[in-house]
Amino acid sequence: MVEKAVALSAILFVLGALGALTRRNLIVILMSIELMLNAVNLALVAYARHWGDLAGHIFVLMVIVVAAAEVAVGLGIVIALFRNRESVNVEDVSLLKW
Amino acid sequence: MTDFLFYVFAAVAVAGSLGMLLNVRNTVAGALSLVGTMVSLGAIYVLLDAYLIGVLQILVYAGAILVVFLFVVMLLNLRQDAFTPERLRGTKALGVAVGALVCVELLLLLPRALGPAAEIPADFGGYRMVGAALFTDWVLAFEVTSLLLLAAMVGAVILAKRSID
Amino acid sequence: MVEALPYPLLRWIVLLPLLAATVHGVSLALLRRPLGRTPTIALSLGAPAAAFGIAFVALLELIGLPAEQRVLGDLAYTWIGAGSLSADAAFLFDPLSAVMTLVVTGVGTLIHVYSVGYMDDDHREDRGFQRFFCYLNLFLFSMLVLVLGDNLVLMFLGWEGVGLCSYLLIGFWFADRWNAYAGSKAFIVNRIGDFGFLLGIFLLFWSLAEMDAATVNFRELAEALPRIAEQTVTLPGWLGFLPGAPTWRLTTLIGLCFFLGAVGKSAQIPLYVWLPDAMAGPTPVSALIHAATMVTAGVYMVCRMSFLYAEAPGASAVIAWTGAATALFAATIAIAQTDIKKVLAYSTVSQLGYMFLAAGCGAYSAAIFHVVTHAFFKALLFLGAGAVILAMHHEQDTDKMGGLREHIRWTHRWFLLGVLAIAGFPFFSGFFSKDEILLSAYLAHDLPGHRALYAIALGTAGLTAFYMLRLHFRTFLGRSRVEPDVKSHIHEPSQWILAPLGVLGVLSIFGGFLGPSAALNIVPGVDPAHSNSLANFLASVLHGVHHEVSFATERGLAAVSVAVAGAGALLATWLYVWQPELPARIRAGLGGLYRLVANKYWVDEIYDAVFVRPLVFLSENVLYRGVDAGLIDGAAVNGSARLVRGLASGVLRHFQSGLAQGYLFLMVLGTLLIAGYLVVG
Repeated sequence: MVEKAVALSAILFVLGALGALTRRNLIVILMSIELMLNAVNLALVAYARHWGDLAGHIFVLMVIVVAAAEVAVGLGIVIALFRNRESVNVEDVSLLKW
Repeated sequence: MTDFLFYVFAAVAVAGSLGMLLNVRNTVAGALSLVGTMVSLGAIYVLLDAYLIGVLQILVYAGAILVVFLFVVMLLNLRQDAFTPERLRGTKALGVAVGALVCVELLLLLPRALGPAAEIPADFGGYRMVGAALFTDWVLAFEVTSLLLLAAMVGAVILAKRSID
Repeated sequence: MVEALPYPLLRWIVLLPLLAATVHGVSLALLRRPLGRTPTIALSLGAPAAAFGIAFVALLELIGLPAEQRVLGDLAYTWIGAGSLSADAAFLFDPLSAVMTLVVTGVGTLIHVYSVGYMDDDHREDRGFQRFFCYLNLFLFSMLVLVLGDNLVLMFLGWEGVGLCSYLLIGFWFADRWNAYAGSKAFIVNRIGDFGFLLGIFLLFWSLAEMDAATVNFRELAEALPRIAEQTVTLPGWLGFLPGAPTWRLTTLIGLCFFLGAVGKSAQIPLYVWLPDAMAGPTPVSALIHAATMVTAGVYMVCRMSFLYAEAPGASAVIAWTGAATALFAATIAIAQTDIKKVLAYSTVSQLGYMFLAAGCGAYSAAIFHVVTHAFFKALLFLGAGAVILAMHHEQDTDKMGGLREHIRWTHRWFLLGVLAIAGFPFFSGFFSKDEILLSAYLAHDLPGHRALYAIALGTAGLTAFYMLRLHFRTFLGRSRVEPDVKSHIHEPSQWILAPLGVLGVLSIFGGFLGPSAALNIVPGVDPAHSNSLANFLASVLHGVHHEVSFATERGLAAVSVAVAGAGALLATWLYVWQPELPARIRAGLGGLYRLVANKYWVDEIYDAVFVRPLVFLSENVLYRGVDAGLIDGAAVNGSARLVRGLASGVLRHFQSGLAQGYLFLMVLGTLLIAGYLVVG
């Protein structure tokens, strides 16, 4: 079952990446990133199960903590942006272009 | 039996993420389908003997993080016409193609890293074992995350304030 | 090899003129405050005079040494020490360089004195009086480096230096385009010869290096040469038409390469064309550089390398034949020239041919003897011509002269002495040196066709007497063809000019007694064995060939040459004094032949059509427009800039879109590539 879990993890990761690449809505992009993080968690748990090493679980705990912190701050940024530009479209925040 | 359960939950997870991805108009619906994905992932964790992690997944991810997402979506009150047309077909297709390729590569690579399976103790992944490891071998990481959370809290508060006075 | 006696004064011979030139240069170019007339004269005359003094003292020191040990040396500066190549700024004062140094500094000083008077116009009109002396001093420095250098590299430095100064001095009045052109021509033609010189140096050094005897020092070369004396080179197939092909002696090849350098510097066929045009420079320049010193550098070089030519009979034959051919060729042109300086220029080319003829026959000391005497009388002739030109207000065409004898008596007297000397009037200097050369040609049994060489040289002697006397008659004697407004201003030149003429005149008469052969020696009371002092003096340095000959033969040959010269002189007298209308009729009668020699066989025009124009066309259209402007500027420089700009604005710009998703895409792409690599490998 571990192999299947790892395969699922790959699929979810790619789906998350595609979402982050294609969607315009900032919030949806953030959600896709969350999905990517979850895929990684799944892979970590599967390997931990296969090798009997608890370090994988600890790592997953850390990822979850970081994801939570990142969501908090990220959504704060989205709100601040929305206040200034009345839009959550990622193309409206492309100030770094040439 | 476990295999069958695994397939069911895997299907739900994929369906949920696709629902989030392909849903253009209704962001709330997208967030909710992602909740479904999180829950089924938690179930899969349990199937993989990661009991504590599975529970924490549902508690924190589905119960806290995605709820925050929903909060923000509803707070911003985005209308449907705020969504501009999506990108050109060409770039999207290219992105999908690249993604598919990466997927294939990962599918080939990741199982290779698995070596021989090891014996696992009976209590593997339970709160007692994970907790013991967390507070002995990995206590430094544990303490550092507290700092991280503090920083995140402060940052989030400042970012969301109307003005700094 | 005998140790050279250290003599630190030697470097001052070279350095004093350099110092003078540097002072002039600094004052003119850096400080922009020209020195006045008197300081300029004091500095520029003092330096060569002092150099002459030191050289004379060194000569006395040299003579004091026993014959086999006559070498003075001075290592001034360790210059090049690169692996096996060691070339120092070191000076060598042996009999050969002593003779050359004395001639260069002595005649040089006289010409410097003369220049004060000659360039007076330029002084008054502020046209570069000091600049002239700066260049003259610089020239003297270069020539002395050439003559005193103890190795090939230092000699080459001097060689190039005199070429540069020649350019600067020929084109001295550069405001007139023609003068600048003549200067460039001299330099460029010289460069062709220098190519040969360099090839010679490389070949010699390389071959010796293979024998573990790599050196460029003359004395060491003389020692080491036997190691490669028997080596041969195999010529490539397409050179099979050359005599002696396909196997040549290595020494012959090296000798020919060096000789090419001499051909350029000393104006032999085919590289003589710069010398007549070099007459565009002021007359003192013509006297110093193109009569007495620079052009003899080639002869000096061949004599210095006599150890090489002694082992290269093929090269020696080429030298002898080239010299003889040049002598005859130039003499035929001289008989039809009307410009006073052009006649002297072709005469110089012809006399240089004589020197090479002697060198080719192995009589190196005869060649040097002729260098010395030629320096005396040719400088005298040029300086005299300069006095005439000054008196005629810069008119050089002898068609407009005549009967100047009454107006410029002293100039005429000295000039006549020079003419007699070059024609070979008995017991003047030219007589002795020319006879040595004729004798060497007559006796050179090892040289193919030496009898023909003798005949050519003899005929040329007759021609020489003819055209020199012709020049003399047309200039000084006969009915005056001078234009009236010029005539009223003709006067004897200043003492600055006449004094050097006088000194040179005396030397032209008595200078031959430096080295007359025993047979012809008329000075009473001198032991015959010691009479040929110059040849004996040089014997320790030159690897010449000696032939036994009876006094009777020598005297007989001398009589023949005097007779031939006398015939030439008589012909000239007949045509230009007794029957002055005759030349015009002969000219008309000979028509085409006359035009051929008067136009110098159209050699310049042929060179122009065959070499110059195609090269200029090639440079202009192919190299400049095609390669430089098109390829390098257009494609490489501008093209690469355009390429970068195109790439950046067309492709790279899109990577900086400011959209995070674009960047994310690149990251995914990167992941794709890395994962791909991991999958495959």
